[in-house]
Amino acid sequence: MTSIDSTTSIGSGLSEEKDREIERLRSELSAWKSRFDKTTKRDIAFTNSEKEVNPLYTSADTDGLSEADLGVPGSYPYTRGIHPTGYRGKLWTMRQFAGFGSASDTNERYKFLLAHGQTGLSVAFDFPTLMGYDSDHPRSEGEVGKCGVAISSLADMEVLFDGIPLDKVSTSMTINGPAVILYCFYLAAAEKQGVDLKQLRGTIQNDILKEYMAQHAWVYPIEPALRLIVDCFAWSAEHVPQWNTISISGYHIREAGATAAQELAFTLADGFTYVERGIARGLDVDSFAPRLSFFWDIHNDFFEEIAKLRAARRIWARHMRDRYGAKDPRSLVMRFHSQTAGVTLTAQQPMNNVVRVAYQAMAAVLGGTQSLHTNSMDETLALPTEESVQVALRTQQVLAYETGVPNVIDPLGGSYYVEALTSQMEEEAEGLFKQIEDVGGVVRGLETGWLQRKIAESAARQQWEIEQHRRVIVGVNEFVTDEPELTIPLLKIGNTDEEQRERLAKLRATRDSALVERRLNELREAARTNENMMPHILDAARAYCTLYEIRAAMEDVFGAYREPVFF
Amino acid sequence: MRPIRVLVAKPGLDGHDRGAKVVAAALRDAGMEVIYTGLHQTPEMIATAAVQEDADVIGLSILSGAHMTLIPRVRQLVEAQGRDDILITGGGIIPREDMDALQAQGIGRLFGPGTPTTELVDYIKDWFASREARDTAKSGT
Repeated sequence: MTSIDSTTSIGSGLSEEKDREIERLRSELSAWKSRFDKTTKRDIAFTNSEKEVNPLYTSADTDGLSEADLGVPGSYPYTRGIHPTGYRGKLWTMRQFAGFGSASDTNERYKFLLAHGQTGLSVAFDFPTLMGYDSDHPRSEGEVGKCGVAISSLADMEVLFDGIPLDKVSTSMTINGPAVILYCFYLAAAEKQGVDLKQLRGTIQNDILKEYMAQHAWVYPIEPALRLIVDCFAWSAEHVPQWNTISISGYHIREAGATAAQELAFTLADGFTYVERGIARGLDVDSFAPRLSFFWDIHNDFFEEIAKLRAARRIWARHMRDRYGAKDPRSLVMRFHSQTAGVTLTAQQPMNNVVRVAYQAMAAVLGGTQSLHTNSMDETLALPTEESVQVALRTQQVLAYETGVPNVIDPLGGSYYVEALTSQMEEEAEGLFKQIEDVGGVVRGLETGWLQRKIAESAARQQWEIEQHRRVIVGVNEFVTDEPELTIPLLKIGNTDEEQRERLAKLRATRDSALVERRLNELREAARTNENMMPHILDAARAYCTLYEIRAAMEDVFGAYREPVFF
Repeated sequence: MRPIRVLVAKPGLDGHDRGAKVVAAALRDAGMEVIYTGLHQTPEMIATAAVQEDADVIGLSILSGAHMTLIPRVRQLVEAQGRDDILITGGGIIPREDMDALQAQGIGRLFGPGTPTTELVDYIKDWFASREARDTAKSGT
C-alpha cells in the first residue's frame, strides 16, 4: 500500500502527479492534526486492552503492509478468511450452547432449538460431568443438572440424542478433563443409532491447557492429560475423520480476565504446544492438524475483536507453514467457533445485554467466524429461559438475513484502522510468544503460575478501572437507575439428583458387571503402557462403565492434578 | 484494631475463580488478612480451614447454582464446631429470592455481579466493628 509519507522519485508524468497528490494529502493531514489538537476532546484513548488508538488512521498506518499479508479469501495467509466464498457460499453455523437438568430435559431443548432454525448442537454439561463425577458421587451433591446436563454413562447419552439423527447434525461438546470419555459415550451412542463413525461431524473442546490456565475443570496432571489428547488426535484421524478433536479455546482465558492480545497469544501458544506434542509422538503434522479448531471470545471493543480474529488466522497459517512444516492447506487454516462475551453481560438493566450481544455478534461475523453462540440477556442471573434463548438466536438471524453484513467477504479488509490494528495484534502476540518462551514454554508457565498470574493481574486492573470510572459499563457504573431492579422471568431448574441416582442404581444393577470389571482393568493396564487409550475407553463406554469408573481407573495410574494456589 | 481475617473459598466443583481472586486481592488491599482456599473445596474442608485459621469471615464464591445446598452446609459445619460468630457472606450468580432465603437462615449479605469491591469492604468492616463493640460490651458486664 502506498504511504502518503513515502517519498517517491520523480519519474513519469504519472508519478509526478501522484507525488503532488501525496504532498497535498500530507499538508491536509497536517492541517487536520492542528485543528484536532486545538479542540477539547472526550477522555477516551484506549481499547478494551488499554491500547492507545489514534483518532484517525491513514495510509501511513498501513505502510509496512503488503498485499501478501492479506492475500485473498481462501488463500494464504488467510487474513481475509478461510473460504474463497466467505458467507456467500454458506452462512456461519448458528450454534446455541445448551444443557440443564436430566438428559431428557435437554433433549427437549435441543428439539426446540432445531425446530427454530438452529443449525448445530452444543452440549453444556453440569459441573459433576465436567469434572468426571457420576451424579451419585458425594462430590456431586447439589450440582447435578444445575449448570448443564448430567451425563454419567452411555445410557444418559442415548437419551440426550434420542430422536436426533447423529449423521445429520453436528454436535459440539464442551468437555475437557474427561473429554475423551464423553466423546466415547457419543461415539457409542452413534453406533447404537446405526451411524458409521466416519459420518459423524462435531467437536470436543478437549483443550486441557486452558483448563489449567483459566477454566479449571481438570482431572489428571498435565503430562498424562496431554497424552490422552494426542491419543485422541491419532486415533480419530483414522476412525472419525470428520471430527474436530480439539477446540483450542481463548474464550475462558478471556473470561478469566485476559486482554484481547493475551487471549490471542496464550491460545495460539496452547495450539502450538499441541502441535509440538503430536509431532513429538511421531505423527505427521498434516495427519492431525486439519482437525484442530479454535474458539474465541467476542468482547465489547468492536474493531479490536475483528482485528484479533483476522490476526489469529494469519499467525496460525504462518507458524504452521514456516515453523511446523505443514503442507496441507487444511492444516494452515484456522477454523473457529465464537461466543459473545459472557463477562460483558450485566445483572443491572439486563435488557441492555441484548444490544451488547448484537454488536459482539456482528464483530464475530465481520471477523469471519465459522459458527456462533449468542448469549442470552439473563445469563448473569440464571441459565437462560426459552424466550431469552430465542431472542439470542433471532439476533443471529437478523444479522444473517436483514443487515446485509454477510454479503461481502471481509468487508473491512483494507480499512486503514482495521489493517493497522490487525498488524498490531499480530506484533503483540509475537511479543507474548517470546515472553512465554522465556519462562520455559506453556507447560512450565502453568506449573509456575506465570500464565495464571498474568490473567489475574489483567482481571484486577479491569475491576479497578470500572470502580475508578475509567471504563464505563452502562447501567453498572454510569447511567444507573434508582428505579427498582428490572426483573425478568428466570429459568427454574428442579432437582435432578434423585432422578439421576435412580437411573444409575438401575444401570449398575442391570449391566454385565463382570464385563465392566474386565474393561476397567484393561484400562488400568493400558494406562501403564504407551498404548493408545482410545480403543480401551470406547470399549469401557460400550460396556456401560460409568464416567467416574473410567475416570478413576485411569486416575489410579495417572494421579490427580494439584493447582498452584495464589491470588 | 487488629486486622480482620477472611477466608475466601470456592465450594463445589465450579471453576470460576475470577471473582474470588479479584475480591481476595481487594480485601487484602483494604488491610485484611486474606486466605484463599483454591478451587473445588468441600464444605467440610472450608469449615475446617476457617476454624484452624481463626477466620472472622468466610467469603464464599459460587457461580454453579449449587448455593442452596453448599452455603447452608458450610454454616452448619462451622456452627457445629462452636463458631457461630463467624460471618458467612459471599457472592456469585445467585437469584434475588435465593439470596433472601439464605439471609433468612442467618447467612450474611450475598453480592451479585457488578458490585464494586468497596461495597464488600465496607460491609465486612461495619460487621466486624459492630461485633467487636458487642464483645466489648459483653466483657464489660
